[in-house]
Amino acid sequence: MAPRLVSIGAAMIVALVVLGPLIVLMRLTSDQTTFSAADWAALKFTVFQAAYSAILSVFFGFLLAQALFRQSFRGRQLLVLMLGAPFILPVLVAILGLLSVFGHNGLVNTVITAIGLKTWSIYGIQGILLAHVYLNMPLATRFFLQGLESIPQERWRLAQALSLKKFIKFRVIEWPVIQKISLQAFVAIFVVCLTSFAIILTLGGGPRATTIEVAIYQAIRLDLDFSKAAILGLSQFTLTGVIAMLALWFLGNRNSLSGGLDRPKIIWNNSIIRSIMDWLIIIVFGLFLFMPIYFIFMKGIGNLTNLGPSVWSAAFNSLLMAITSSIISLTIACPLTHKWGEALGTLGIAVSPLVIGAGLFILIRPIANPFDYALYVTVLVNAIMGLPFAIRILRPAAEDIRQDYLKLSKALSLNTIGWVYWIFLPRLRKPLGYAGGLVAALSMGDLGIIALFGGAEFTTLPLKIYQLMGAYRMDQALSASLILLILSFALFFIFENLGRRSNV
Amino acid sequence: MKYISFIIVLFVSPISSAKELPTLIVYAPDYFTSEWGPGPSIEKAFEKVCNCDLKFSPGELLPRLVLEGSNTKADIVIGLNTDVTKKALETGLFAPHRQDNNKLELPIEWTDDTFLPFNWSYVAFIFDDRIKVMPESFEELANMPDDIKLVIQDPRTSISGLALILWIKAVYGKNAEEYWSRLAPKLLTVTKGWSEAYGLFTDGEAQGVLSFNTSPAYHIVAENDNSKKAAIFNEGHYPYFELAAKVASTDQPKLSDQFMEFILSDSFQNLIPMTNWSYPSAQPQSAWPDPFSKLPIPNEVQYFNSKEADSLTKTAIEEWRRALSQ
Repeated sequence: MAPRLVSIGAAMIVALVVLGPLIVLMRLTSDQTTFSAADWAALKFTVFQAAYSAILSVFFGFLLAQALFRQSFRGRQLLVLMLGAPFILPVLVAILGLLSVFGHNGLVNTVITAIGLKTWSIYGIQGILLAHVYLNMPLATRFFLQGLESIPQERWRLAQALSLKKFIKFRVIEWPVIQKISLQAFVAIFVVCLTSFAIILTLGGGPRATTIEVAIYQAIRLDLDFSKAAILGLSQFTLTGVIAMLALWFLGNRNSLSGGLDRPKIIWNNSIIRSIMDWLIIIVFGLFLFMPIYFIFMKGIGNLTNLGPSVWSAAFNSLLMAITSSIISLTIACPLTHKWGEALGTLGIAVSPLVIGAGLFILIRPIANPFDYALYVTVLVNAIMGLPFAIRILRPAAEDIRQDYLKLSKALSLNTIGWVYWIFLPRLRKPLGYAGGLVAALSMGDLGIIALFGGAEFTTLPLKIYQLMGAYRMDQALSASLILLILSFALFFIFENLGRRSNV
Repeated sequence: MKYISFIIVLFVSPISSAKELPTLIVYAPDYFTSEWGPGPSIEKAFEKVCNCDLKFSPGELLPRLVLEGSNTKADIVIGLNTDVTKKALETGLFAPHRQDNNKLELPIEWTDDTFLPFNWSYVAFIFDDRIKVMPESFEELANMPDDIKLVIQDPRTSISGLALILWIKAVYGKNAEEYWSRLAPKLLTVTKGWSEAYGLFTDGEAQGVLSFNTSPAYHIVAENDNSKKAAIFNEGHYPYFELAAKVASTDQPKLSDQFMEFILSDSFQNLIPMTNWSYPSAQPQSAWPDPFSKLPIPNEVQYFNSKEADSLTKTAIEEWRRALSQ
């Protein structure tokens, strides 16, 4: 069957990009490829920080999503849209923004010391968790919100008609959705945090916070031990695989929540205490998420006009690359919008970009000069790294469409192309817009493997930011970061709007 | 128009420039080749005399070269560091530089005939003007008031971070680990690379940062800012050399030799201070421009040659890790 072939093809691409590099690197044997005590400690710490980061992000994301779900107010739509911002911030920029608020000389410590308390240090495990929650909690919020909003209004009406108690209502209507999304969000965030690097080193405060990713970096750059890097990469891969499988097994085959008739949203009768709590949550988390961005804005705005043309042309390059990556990512994601596809897609962010970069370098070498292809490879790898998010966003809607229309289409003997064009894509428009925006914004901010094994004259905006920083030009680097932030956000906004524009 | 060319680059096979001139391919670190680094002006200066096309290929140096082996297209590698040269030499990928080491003006005697320094400076802690009394030794550094914080770089991911642990190892020997545990409370955090650390410092997060004694020159020249100063320690400082080497498998041996010779010429050396913010390797102190000639400079040198550095690195990193993990 043609659709299955397409699925298999998409799966092969993912497997080739992720597993290929691991295998070729592993074959570069060295004499001492062992897992040392320090590596085990790094592995333990990696899992520990990723698990805690994911649990906290999911929990806070749930609180905020519930509050946002219950309250309707002017600007809610914009707030929800803005929730995308932290997740797409380039790591380095996010760190500087967070430090403006929570750093040694940040806002919080200025207030704390003014009232006579001791300064609070962000550096340590607390800083890692704070930054990971900052970056990932908005993603969890969006997942939960998407899930809660997908609950058909008929169920709430029915519950009201049956005058079910609050707890029962929660247990019967919300809990199945929440349970499922919690687990999926946990897996996605856990895997993102597994390969987190700059955050852990900068905010971790020292070698206590050493992860597998640091060990990989050391193996490649200092020890030139590629097989060791591959083995470390394999441990990341295995961890992700096990977690993704566990989640699949735990979730089993749940019924999807289809069956609504898109009735208008009912007005919630919120008690006053409930409303106060909700507003408190919205304000606290709103400030938490937007203060760092505000500071980045203020720091960057001053030098915006001093940036040379090369920064702008790099920005242009980045935009084109991001859009291309996003389109490729969506193309691969669509055929993978099923259970196994989601697990496979998760592997896209499982392995260190350094390992993938080095491995692809070796893979391409016999065929062509890798530097000529650095651009293509970066675009492809960015597309693959966006997959887990794209699939997560597309899958619920895609499964609903298949459940609701596949039989009818077969009865009408609609061929695959007709099915995709007339039924699948138009109905998937909204999640496609959101997923496309997210992947484009993510690739925009990614330094990518072009920086590691690049070599072309082709520079991207994140690369320019690093060059500016490496040449003492911190102020200009901040302004370039602001451009990056604005462009990433604009991409996100445009894609999302393309998805919303027409009501099918 | 650019969009169209991008599409062409993206979907058609890469177009190689069909110039008649011979091409010299130089692998260099990213900061070096950017418009804010020395790369572009060096390219211009060399192309004036070589009748060739010099092409920088930015990115990782040794990992890239090792992956490519003798099939590499590189003719020259520039931007290596002494603390990793032993590994570099063992790859057997480099050829002798064939230049006269006596032309070099360095704080130590240079005997290596493969790797040729093109600039240097001392590793040093830089402080901003919140520090009124500069520490004059490692002991004074460790004994500074508790609220003074420093940012350093991770020796496992950063070459300047590696230079610091070797520097402390050179000064303290067996007591290095003990010194690290005394210095630990002063360390705000350890970053992945120099850029992140220096960014935190200029952002005001920390009063001091591990950098180079020539770093204040940038602030003086480009920002007219005299507030950032290097602390000069009595024990002496660890010099940091950046090196160039000729790749043995080069298909442009003559051009490569010409470039190695060019590195020691004034037209190359004159460019170094104001673009690389470090000392030129083949010019005496008297030839350095303002403000480099006026920057405070250490009296003593602490240094491990590349063999010693290689044998000590593992232990020194382990001591550092233990001391800071407590």
